[in-house]
Order: sequence, then C-alpha cells, then structure tokens
Amino acid sequence: MAALLGRSCRKLGFLSSGHGARRSVSTETGKSLNLYSAINQALHIALDSDPRSYVFGEDVGFGGVFRCTTGLAERFGKNRVFNTPLCEQGIVGFGIGLAAMGNRAIVEIQFADYIYPAFDQIVNEAAKFRYRSGNQFNCGGLTIRAPYGAVGHGGHYHSQSPEAFFCHVPGIKVVIPRSPREAKGLLLSCIRDPNPVVFFEPKWLYRQAVEEVPEHDYMIPLSEAEVIREGNDITLVGWGAQLTIMEQACLEAEKEGISCELIDLKTLLPWDKETVEASVKKTGRLLISHEAPITGGFGAEISATILERCFLKLEAPVTRVCGLDTPFPLVFEPFYMPTKNKILDAIKTTVNY
Amino acid sequence: MAISRLSSRSNTFLKPAITALHSPIRRHVSTDTSPITIETAVPFTSHLCESPSRSVETSSEEILAFFRDMARMRRMEIAADSLYKAKLIRGFCHLYDGQEALAVGMEAAITKKDAIITSYRDHCTFIGRGGKLVDAFSELMGRKTGCSHGKGGSMHFYKKDASFYGGHGIVGAQIPLGCGLAFAQKYKKDEAVTFVLYGDGAANQGQLFEALNIAALWDLPAILVCENNHYGMGTATWRSAKSPAYFKRGDYVPGLKVDGMDALAVKQACKFAKEHALKNGPIILEMDTYRYHGHSMSDPGSTYRTRDEISGVRQVRDPIERVRKLLLSHDIATEKELKDMEKEIRKEVDDAVAQAKESPVPDSSELFTNMYVKDCGVESFGADRKDLKVTLP
Repeated sequence: MAALLGRSCRKLGFLSSGHGARRSVSTETGKSLNLYSAINQALHIALDSDPRSYVFGEDVGFGGVFRCTTGLAERFGKNRVFNTPLCEQGIVGFGIGLAAMGNRAIVEIQFADYIYPAFDQIVNEAAKFRYRSGNQFNCGGLTIRAPYGAVGHGGHYHSQSPEAFFCHVPGIKVVIPRSPREAKGLLLSCIRDPNPVVFFEPKWLYRQAVEEVPEHDYMIPLSEAEVIREGNDITLVGWGAQLTIMEQACLEAEKEGISCELIDLKTLLPWDKETVEASVKKTGRLLISHEAPITGGFGAEISATILERCFLKLEAPVTRVCGLDTPFPLVFEPFYMPTKNKILDAIKTTVNY
Repeated sequence: MAISRLSSRSNTFLKPAITALHSPIRRHVSTDTSPITIETAVPFTSHLCESPSRSVETSSEEILAFFRDMARMRRMEIAADSLYKAKLIRGFCHLYDGQEALAVGMEAAITKKDAIITSYRDHCTFIGRGGKLVDAFSELMGRKTGCSHGKGGSMHFYKKDASFYGGHGIVGAQIPLGCGLAFAQKYKKDEAVTFVLYGDGAANQGQLFEALNIAALWDLPAILVCENNHYGMGTATWRSAKSPAYFKRGDYVPGLKVDGMDALAVKQACKFAKEHALKNGPIILEMDTYRYHGHSMSDPGSTYRTRDEISGVRQVRDPIERVRKLLLSHDIATEKELKDMEKEIRKEVDDAVAQAKESPVPDSSELFTNMYVKDCGVESFGADRKDLKVTLP
C-alpha cells in the first residue's frame, strides 16, 4: 500500500511547488508521534520509495543525536545510511556531488550552528549549479537537514537560528516545519523537490511536540503558507517553534478582545507573499516574530515586501518581535527570546496605534 | 623500571612515624625534589623526527603533584556530572575524566607564558593552567564569579594571565586561531610556544590542514596536540579516518605518538616538542588517551562502545592509578597518605561547589556588555524596536 502511494507520489513530486492533486492531511488521524519520530518516518519512506537516496552525516548510523535516523542503517544498509567524518564542508560538498549524478542526498548537519563551514558549498556551489551550467547539471536531489533554534539551555552554539543567511541565496529553498505532522509532509516534499533545500528542524520540539501523524506517504506543498488561526485585527507571521509561543499570545490577546490571524510561513524561500498580503489587506496590521536577532532577520524581508504591497491598507507600522542583537546568550536566554509577553505587548501597541 | 635515587632527603624527624600503625601525627609526604628517572611504559613513535628518550627526569615532588592535580581534576569532573544531573549546570557539559594525564603532563613541561588553546573539553586544562575550582564551578553554573563572568559556560573557560586562550565550541575552529597565536609569539621573540589541542574528530577538518601548511611554511612555534580518545562523539576513529595515525597526518610536519595516559610520557613529549617548535617550526603530538564519560552529559557513551571496553581501560590504563602505583612502589607515599590526600581533595571540591552555588547570576545588563569595545555607542534593539533599546556600552 505504501509502495503504491510512494510511486504515485514520486510522479507528483516532480511537479513544481506541489500544484496538482493534493490530499489534505490536516484532518486525517494517525499515530501519535513526536517530531523526531515523524521525521524518522519521513526518512524511512523517502529511502524506501527511491533506491537512489542516501542519508549521511555525523553519527547518523546509530540513530543520530536526536534519534531522527533511528533504524535507517539497519533497514537500508550501511551503503545507504552512513556516518561521515567531522567536516561539514566535506559533507555538503560530497552531497552536492552525489546529487549532481541524479541521486537524492539527504545530508544531516548535526546542529545548525555548525553549518557555516558548509556555507560556501551551499551558496557558491549548490545554489548556482543549475544556473551557471545553463541547466545541464543540477543538484536538486540535495536536502540538508539541521536542528535549529533555542532549546532552553543551548548557549551560543546549540541554539542558533541561521535561516536569514540562507534566505538571501537565490537558488536554494529554505523550509521550516512547525509540528510533527507538518514536518513529515514537508520533509518528503523537500526531498522530492527538484531543487536543493535547507530544512531546519526546531530542536525544542523534537520531544515536546506530539501530534497525530498519518502513517502513509504524504507531502505538504512548498511555498504555501497556512493560516492556522483566523482573525480580523492583526496578522501574525512566524515559523517553527516560535508559532507555539505566538499562538499562546493570540489566546491571551483574544481575552482582551483582539482577534489575531496567525500564519505559518513554512517555506521561507521562496515565500508565499500572496497569502500574507491577503491577510494583511484584511487586518491592516502585521507582526512578525522569530528567534533570530532582529537586525537583518527574515522578518525584515517580510516587512519590506508587505509594506510595498499593502502600504495604503496598513493601520500601523509593521512590528517585529525577535531575538535581541546579541550572540545567543547562555544564562540570559529568557531575556533574549521573543517571549509570549513581548509579543502580546507588541500586539496591543500595534492595535492601539 | 630503572630507579636511581641520588639522595634521600625525606623528613627524618618524622621517620619513626612511618612504622607507627595508627599515628596521631600525620606524616608529611615526600617533598623531595631530587631527580628521579623513570622509564615510560610505552615507547614513542615518531614521524620525520627523532623520538625523545624514554627515560623521563622527574622528582618525588613532581609525581606527587601529578597525583594531587589529577585527583583534583577527576573529582571536579565527577562533581560536575552530579551538578549537571541535578540541573544546576545547564547546557552542554563535556567531561575530561580519563584524560587528566594530558593536562598535568603538559603543564609540567611548559611555563605560563606558553599559550594553550583547546576545544570545548576544557575544564581540566583550565585547572592545569592554574584556574581555581570555584571559578570553574561558578562558570559551569553560569554565575558572575565564573572565569568568563558566567557568559561562556562549560565550553568557554579562559585565563588570560596564564595564556589560556580557551575553550571553543566549534570543532576545529581553534586550530587556525592557535597557529595565529604562535605567529604572534614568533614576532614577539619571547621563546614561547603555543599548544593547539584538538581531537580525533577535528582531525578531519579542512582547517587543520590549512593551518598546518601555513604554520610549516612560516616556521611557527606551534605544537598541534591531537587528543585521540578514539571517538569523535559517537564515531570511532577507524570509521572516520582513512589514516588514524594522526601524528603522521601532517605529512611534511614531524609528529610523535605518545601514550596519553602516562603523565610522564606526556611531559617528556611536550618538553621535546617545545624545543623542536622553537627551532624547527610546527610538530604534531598525538596523545593516545581515553574518556570515560560520553562525548557530553547528553551522551551515555555506551551506544557506540561496550562497557567492558570502558572498564577495561579504567583497570589497565587509568592515569591516576598509574601514578599511584609509582608513588607506592617508589615509597614516596603510603596508601593511607594518598587516600587522605584524596579525601582532602574531595572536601576541597565540595567546598568549591558550595561556594559557587552561593554566587549570584550575572546582572541582566550583562546581556549587552562586551559585544563591541566600550564607547562604541551602537544601538541595539530589543523586541519591537520600542522597549529595550540599549546603547551598547
């Protein structure tokens, strides 16, 4: 059954941005899974449905530091699921090469904080391969997975949110799921997308988030934002773990009579401008929230674009509630983070502008 | 083991106490500084250079100091383990127990003007450089009195006055940095060298080879020390390296393989390396060592190696036990004296922990300090660009 679905999904997978037959998974039931189990399932399905797909990275063999790759080596063999030495630049470069030969390379960077040695490979090689070869070659089969974001005590090098750096690179896609069900569908879409993708997984949610996840093969389309909560007074845009915090703020705001519309961007590059624009044209106010530092964060791009498109409809300046402009601190994490109260404050200020 | 004791100058007035079984007076353990020569158990293996002699010059005082310092480091790491489990230490905590011989052996061969730079497994290196236990525990718990004022945590211990350039989180990033330190030392002409420590995992990083090339090209006084504890997090060396002979990986850079569990061998190698580096440029020291704990406190350490292996190494190669046997066989101290010393150290560590627990967390204004140099006047924004607008001090 899964194999049958797998084959049909593979055909769909090559259609750009998931247009075409799409099944809605939002109401399906499934097994109660946490984030790392959902990702694990997605990887199992991906490797099962395409014999030329490979999973590799540091320590993935025994299941990985977050258990996302459990059982893969045992099931698919050490030739397809293997550990690499400690060299991010090598891992990604190697993945690009594999992908250039038509394989699906699903690469793991142990923590997003360590992705920088591979930055050159991603920006200068992966993103530009198809472009500079006039479409003769491409590394579309490359998917880079990395746990990102605060975890409560991660400190400088286990908490970073580097998505803004990658959103500045035309040629790659950047995707961030908010929950287990989303993660499985989005990851499968990323793996089957014919472009190189960087997939950031909110590590805080690996065990914390539990949701009903359908057991079959399904994909959630990329570059489509989702309105996860409808409202009329203000639009909130976010991604990943931050959405949980924003949702709490929305609930509190509702008690004070403010109706908030919450949008999960899901894909940051290329992002769904239309959905956000439509929402802001309805509410007239926009608040963006992300963990990464405010200056130069992706919120700035959203703000600028919405301003261009919705200037006359805006009732208040676009507001951003983000991490502070400091390195991700150690003991000061609670001050650094864009907390529910900071968001709530910003909602009220914006609504009362 | 060849022993040659030139003169015995143990405290004669307490000699009668040696034979007393339950003497109320504590016997002073040997503080003899006269030279003793001890052979290392394992010979050195060299690449493109001569091996140093297996006969290490030391003294009773030094061997006893090894024991005391290593026992202190071991106790500290075990205390850190408990503190982490009690959630007083948060974040990531990488423990060094099993590798203590490296820290003490190196210190015995060098001065505080020589620089050391290492990875995140830096607690014992910090203590070796003269760091205080209470500073270490405070930093681990993120308190103001920590060596990095609570802003660094476990992975970022520093000690400027002892030329300890710290604890680095990103694997291998300290290697080019360390060679840069050596570069500066060469300019200063102060006969100092830099010891750049990295692990077997980092040995596969491209930046190591870039740094080696430049260090060799410019004859920098850099000693690259590969702390080979055989596992890069969960991956064994034979799975990650085509050539696990890390001392040879420098190709044109000479190298030495050392038994890293033998403090005396480490001392000999570091002494040799320092002389070499000052005359001939970079050299690689591969220290064959072992860590008992997992990679960090989040890693049980038993999913990729057997418990038998860990206990096997503990029984046969433990650095502290080795020095204990040496002290007992050379009659430098008795079993009871060493046990008393360990008890004292235990108390010392417990006191330091208690003291550290009392210290306050850094003030919240510290969130913005030391990003840029003072008087930069740069504005930093908090949430919303309205509240929390700070001009960086």
